Parts: sequence; structure tokens; C-alpha cells
Amino acid sequence: MIGRTLLAASAALALAAPAGAQDFAITNATVATGDGSAPIENATVIVRGGKVVAAGANVQVPAGVPVSDGSGTWVTPGIFATVTDLGLVDVGAVGESNDTAARSSPFSAALDVATSINRRSQHILVSRAAGITRAAVAPSAASSIFAGQGAMIDLGDDPQAIDRPRAFQFVELGETGGRLAGGSRTAAHTLLRNALREASRFGEESGLVGGPSRPAEVSTGDDIPIDPRLVESDAERATDVLLTRFDAAALVPVVAGRQPLYVHVERAADIRSVLALRQEFPRLDLVIVGASEGWMVADEIAAAGVPVIADALTDLPARFEQLASTQSNIGRMQDAGVKVAINAAAMEQPRYLPHFAGNLVALASIPRAAGLSWGEALASITSIPAEISGFGGRLGVLKPGAAGDVVVWDGDPLEVTSAPVRVYVDGVEQPLENHQTGLRNRYRDLDESELPKAYDW
Amino acid sequence: MRAAIRVLLAATATAALAACATTEGSGDSAKSASAYDYPDTPYPSTYQPYPGVPTALVGATVYDGAGGRIDNGTVLFADGKVVGVGGADLAIPAGYTRIDGTGKFVTPGVIDIHSHLGDYPTPSVDAHSDGNEATAPTTPEVWAEHSVWPQDPGFTRALANGGVTSLQILPGSANLMGGRSVTLKNVPSRTVQGMKFPGAPYGLKMACGENPKRVYGSKGRTPSTRMGNFAVNRQTWIDAHEYAAGDRDERDLGKETLAGVLDGEILIHNHCYRADEMALVMDMGKEMGYRVTAFHHAVEAYKIGDLLRENDVCSAIWSDWYGFKMEAYDGIPENAALLYQAGACVVIHSDSENGIQRLNQDAAKAQAAGARMGIQIPDAEVVGWFTLNAAKAMGIDDVTGSLAAGKMADVVLWNGDPLSVYSRPEKVWIDGALMFDANDPQRRPVSDFELGQPGEGDVK
Repeated sequence: MIGRTLLAASAALALAAPAGAQDFAITNATVATGDGSAPIENATVIVRGGKVVAAGANVQVPAGVPVSDGSGTWVTPGIFATVTDLGLVDVGAVGESNDTAARSSPFSAALDVATSINRRSQHILVSRAAGITRAAVAPSAASSIFAGQGAMIDLGDDPQAIDRPRAFQFVELGETGGRLAGGSRTAAHTLLRNALREASRFGEESGLVGGPSRPAEVSTGDDIPIDPRLVESDAERATDVLLTRFDAAALVPVVAGRQPLYVHVERAADIRSVLALRQEFPRLDLVIVGASEGWMVADEIAAAGVPVIADALTDLPARFEQLASTQSNIGRMQDAGVKVAINAAAMEQPRYLPHFAGNLVALASIPRAAGLSWGEALASITSIPAEISGFGGRLGVLKPGAAGDVVVWDGDPLEVTSAPVRVYVDGVEQPLENHQTGLRNRYRDLDESELPKAYDW
Repeated sequence: MRAAIRVLLAATATAALAACATTEGSGDSAKSASAYDYPDTPYPSTYQPYPGVPTALVGATVYDGAGGRIDNGTVLFADGKVVGVGGADLAIPAGYTRIDGTGKFVTPGVIDIHSHLGDYPTPSVDAHSDGNEATAPTTPEVWAEHSVWPQDPGFTRALANGGVTSLQILPGSANLMGGRSVTLKNVPSRTVQGMKFPGAPYGLKMACGENPKRVYGSKGRTPSTRMGNFAVNRQTWIDAHEYAAGDRDERDLGKETLAGVLDGEILIHNHCYRADEMALVMDMGKEMGYRVTAFHHAVEAYKIGDLLRENDVCSAIWSDWYGFKMEAYDGIPENAALLYQAGACVVIHSDSENGIQRLNQDAAKAQAAGARMGIQIPDAEVVGWFTLNAAKAMGIDDVTGSLAAGKMADVVLWNGDPLSVYSRPEKVWIDGALMFDANDPQRRPVSDFELGQPGEGDVK
């Protein structure tokens, strides 16, 4: 019964328009809506009450909405970065500042990054200044094939960073998974199956979602997912279980198909094995991450309707599971009908997303290569990751009703030479200052004739 | 002590270098400088340019790498060498194959001053981890060329996607003195000798900061601190002076390398992130009688652009890698532009088998960051960041790095502006030989490793 109370209490809106959202219109700009279409010249974007109300050509700005002239600028939806570690790290190599992985934790699937996002991390501030307004944040697997539960966040300058906690579970099933599981892929698959069965049983016996005692709920995407770990249950468990009670509880929504399972695999054979999981666990809501050899099994991925968060420019056999990697991977998968977003984890920093997307456009002019059109490339870092993340039509796109995440660029946003000049999250203009801009301003010159640089701030 | 070092310095200034390995490219001579004979240049380059045809690139925008730009330019090369660079009026001799570059761009071959291709090749398995001899804090005796695997598929990607024609392979940064670098032509070869850049000077990879003190401190050994880093370095240089001032009869691989540095024949490539440490390292060079040719990574170089200019030290940098380690926390995208503004030497480097495929884009990004803060840098200068400036810092600028008559015909024809994300190499020549052609599926190297495997010969 306490479980039901928790469920009811969790029905809150994560995407409510914030106070302080401004009404504004940008006119005469080159507008790219993020839906895969080509950019529109001399177009207008209107945001009211934190939401987009119009985007395109021949749009009339209502009286009373402040207008800024966007001549010479480009306007896009905010970049949606998936998958990232934003907010979990200050300095990657400084262990105590890095909350991505927990090698010595007794828990794995139960780990929940939503408790630990630092919205003031410089990586969030730097990414915001680069036009990223939303991100999927995932933990890294260290003590098990299960990394734990990721969250969807916004990068807005307000105390509420979490848009959706426990938005997905992340699991390793390729070379990495094999090592974590004890030494082989077979061990990883066995561990996964055992875990899902233990979770299924636990879900049934504790009356959690997926069990026979509960009707299916309608998911709007706005409901805060329940935290099954905290459901009081005295359900007996078998004496030979491997998972802790917390880990088993965390996997209940996965096996019930209520929480997406992000699976990192690269090799074509591993992708097939992932797709085959549905024969045993038909409700799994799968997302494949990595997929360097996805192009070789693109038709099967498309037929399964499983979206992919793929490495864009990986073209070397860094691992044996990536022998067939090519920069044409995403283009070929898209041509086969796969829904593909660019993986932000496969670059030095998430802020390279537009440049990686631009590189895929460049492939269009290379004989035998498969790239993306400009509109598709932008979609692969805006609307498509938003759709995969469960925010289709509401994030990553400029269309009526979508969140007022708007970026105004000083040029073509996929070009390496361009940068944002203004960034809005939910209609609120964002500060773009950070540690880097402070250093830039201080060291604009090296003049210390009056005082040391330390006084220049 | 100070006086003693001065004496040592004075002694080495006149000491003949009996056993120093110079790099004249001809390894057939041997000298009897020690108790037994050994070649003056061991493991000599066997590289020979591949055949090419006299070629005239016409109609393209030409960046010569040295700051020059010619619209509707003409570049002539034959017999492996650049014959002429000029405008549309440059006469094309008979027998030249004309290639229409209208709407396209020509640059010198891209040069990466900081690569680990071959010594950290892909697949990145432990069996291939040959870049750090992390068993002692100073290993000047190791040579990167003895680790380079010529079949690393990364060389082919650097050529086809990055237009890279020359590159310096460095040991890693675990050690204060990591060993000798080797400069290669980016040509597929059965042997590393077949890639070695003829006559290129050797480098000595040094590293300051976090890496050496972490690697050895964690083993309970010195150095475990930055001051330990310096102490070990200084004592090693003092010992090297003693060796260099002697008759050098007894072979000592490490001391031979260090003596080569003191003789000015081996260039110091110093991994260093923090400004304050770079300033100390430059003074260590003065104390010990050597100079740093380039600081690599140098994310804080912008804080000491004046010092770097005065000491004539290049900064080999990424445009904007940030925050991945403590000493990278103050990296900023304006680093290159601020260095340029200070009159210091900028080189864009990769340190990455991926980044090496996009050095041109990285330079463009750095240029744009400068423009946004009011530092306008001409495109033609920026092209020099990944061509001639790299060549200078590698000591090969007399023969490559720019398009000038008599230089090696290392040339990239880009299908668009190389400072744009949308452009890629269309054709790449090395010493006048066409080594990559995007329009010819066969004119693309495939390493032994990739034969018979998924993706063999794919566009990559």
C-alpha cells in the first residue's frame, strides 16, 4: 500500500514552464526546426510562456511580443546531448570529483544519477554556452554490467536540473560487459538474463509494476517514474538470488518495459544478440548505444524498431568489436530506416556534437560514403535524441507546443567556426559565462604593470 | 655546483660528437668511434618516393602554408618536388597532367607533430600498448621507432580523412624522459624504416606535471611530486653533461640521446600543460644547456605567450580540449589566438588517432574562437598551424610544410575550404605520388590487418 502512495505522489510535471520565461520573437533569421527539414531563410521563431508557439516563414508576430532582428543569425532548437556524464564530473582524472562509476559499490542497477547531478559543474556551463540545453546523463558500468539508472536533465541556470529521473537503465554487453561479468560475453548475457528473471519475479511478488495486481498505466512522459527501490515490500526472495533487493527492484521497470534499457554493444553479432533478447523478454524497451557495426545489420535493427545512439566518426578498429566501423555507419543505418542519434559519449566533449553532425554532412560529397543531409544531421543532435529519450515533439524541435529551448548562432550551427550568441531554456535566456570565459577575459592581454592578473576579474 | 655546471656546459660546447646518432638519411657509413663499429645512423630510412606524374593543379585557391594565399592559383610539381606556385598566369610546361581545382583548395600536406600511431595502434589491445616504457622515470634510451607498427590502420585514416603526409610519433608521457621520437612520411610500408622521413632530426619526448609523478609516485618511487620531477630531470642532465664532456667511447643509449640534445641535434618535445611549469622548464633548459623546441598540449600557454615568444618555443595544442585532468582545467578555446596575438608560435596537434583526421577543423575552430574575442587571423596563417609551423618545430621545414619550389611535393587537394567542417581531402600526394584519391576506390591504402575482415577497403 505504501507503494501505491509513492506512485501517486510521483505524478508531478517535470517540464512545467518556469517562472521568468520571457515572451520573445526572433525575425529574419535562418531557422532550422530540428525535425530533419532544411533550414528556412528569413524565418521567425516565437516563444511565449516558455513554449514555442510558431517557427517558420510567413509568421506574424503578435502585438506585445518583443522582437529581435535575427539577420545574419541561425536559430535552432537547443542541442540534446545523449549520452553524457554532464553534472557527474568536475575533472575526469580527479577521482573524488568524478561520480560516473562506482567500482567498489555493492549496488549496480540500483545506482541512480539523479541524486548526484551538480548543475554548476563547469562541464554543464561550458556545454550550455555551446548550445546544449538538454542531456541524457548516464553512469558508467564498473562493478557490474549494469551501470545504473540515467536521468534526463536540462542545462538551465535554475535549481531544478532533473527533467526525468530514472529515465533509463544502462547495461554493457560487448567487450566491456564481458570483462565486467567475469570474463566473457557469455557471462554477461547469463548475468543479464538471471537479473531480469530475478527482477521479474520480485516485481510480481512485491506487487510492483508489471506484476499481475496492477493495471497498465498510461505514460505521458511527464510522470516522474516511480522508484521501485523504495517500495516497501516484504516479499520473500529465493535464497540463491544474486541481485541485492535494491538492484532487483531497480530492474523491475526494465523487464516490464516501463524503463528503457540502453545497451552498449558495437559488433554486428552483439547487436543481433541484443535484438534477440525480446524473444525472451518481449517487453524490453531497447535502445542500442555505440553500434559501430550497426550498418551491417541495419535492416534487422530497423525491423525491430530499436533506436540507436551511434558513434558518428568512429572509423578505426579500436576494439575487435569495431572492425567494420566507418563514418558512413549512421548514414547507412538511417538509409535503412533506423532512428539514429549521435552519441555524445563518443567524442572528447558533448559540445562537439554539432561538429560531428557537420562531418556527416561532409560525407555526402564523398563517393561511396553515406552521410546525412543538413537537416537530418541537425535532427540527429536535436529531435531524434529527444524522441529516443521520450520527449518527442516536446524537446529538440521548434514547433508549436515544444519547450522554448532556442539557440541563436552566429553562423551555420554545424560549422566548426560557429557558436551560440544566445541560449534559451524553457524561454529563459541563459547566462553563458563560465570558468573558461573568465580566463579568456583575464588573459586578453598580459599587462601586469599596475597589479597582478589576480586582481583582474 | 653552479660553477661546475658552467664548466660542464663550456666543455660540451666544443666537444666533438663521436657517437651521436645524426639523421642524414644515409645509413651506409660507419665510423670507428668506439671499441666496435656501429652505423652512424642505425635503422636508416629506406623510404623512396613512389612514382608520380608531372602535375599541374589549376584554378584552386592555394594556401602555401607560409601565410600566402593565391586565388585561382597554379601549383606545379614533378619528380617528387614542387616546381612552381603561382597564379593563373603561371606557365604549365609540356607533359604536365592538368587537374582542375576550380572551387577547390590546395594546401601543403598536413603535418601532425604529436601522434602515437604505430606505438599505440588500433586495435588498442594490451599487446599493442607500446608507447610508454613506464618502468623508470627517465628512459631516453628507448626509441619510438622500435615500437611503431606500420600496419596500424590509423595511418590510412590520417591520410584519407586528414590529408596527413608527415607525422611525428612520440613515446607517451608516463616518463619525464620518454625516449626518442621518430618522424615519418605517411606512406604505407612493410617496415618502419620505409616510412622514416629522410634526414628528419630526432626528438626527445619529455613530460612534466601530473603524469610522471602519478605513475612513479603510485609505485612508491621518485618522482612523486612536481619538485621530484625537476630533481630527477636535473640530475639526469648533470649526468648527461658528464658523459657528453667525456670521450663518449663507452656506448650508453640514454646518454647518447641526451648528448644529442645538448649538442642541439635532437629536439625537445615537452608535454606540459600548466603555464607556471612551462616557465620553470624553460629555465631548466637554460640551467642545463638545452632548449625546448615545443611544448605539447600546453593548454595554459596563453598565460605566458610573452615568455614563449621570447624563448622562441612553439606551443603544440588542441583547440579546446578541456577539463579531463586537473592540469587541463584552465584550457580555453582562445589559446591559439592569444598565442598568435602575443607573437608566439602556434601548432595544432592531435595526440589522437581520431583528432589527426581533423587537424584542419581544429585549427579553424581555434581561429574562430579568436575572431569572437576580436583577434582576426587570416585563413592563410591558420593553415600554417597544421603545416609549416609543425614542420618548423619538427626540423623539417627546409624540405616540406609549405608549397615552394624545390620542396617535397606533399600536397592536398581539398574538395572545399579546409577551414570548414564540410571539406575533405579529395587527393593527397606525398613526394609527388598520388597516395589517396577519393574518386578512385583502389587509391586508398588498406593495412594488412584489415584484409579479409569486415569493412576491408570501405570508405571509412
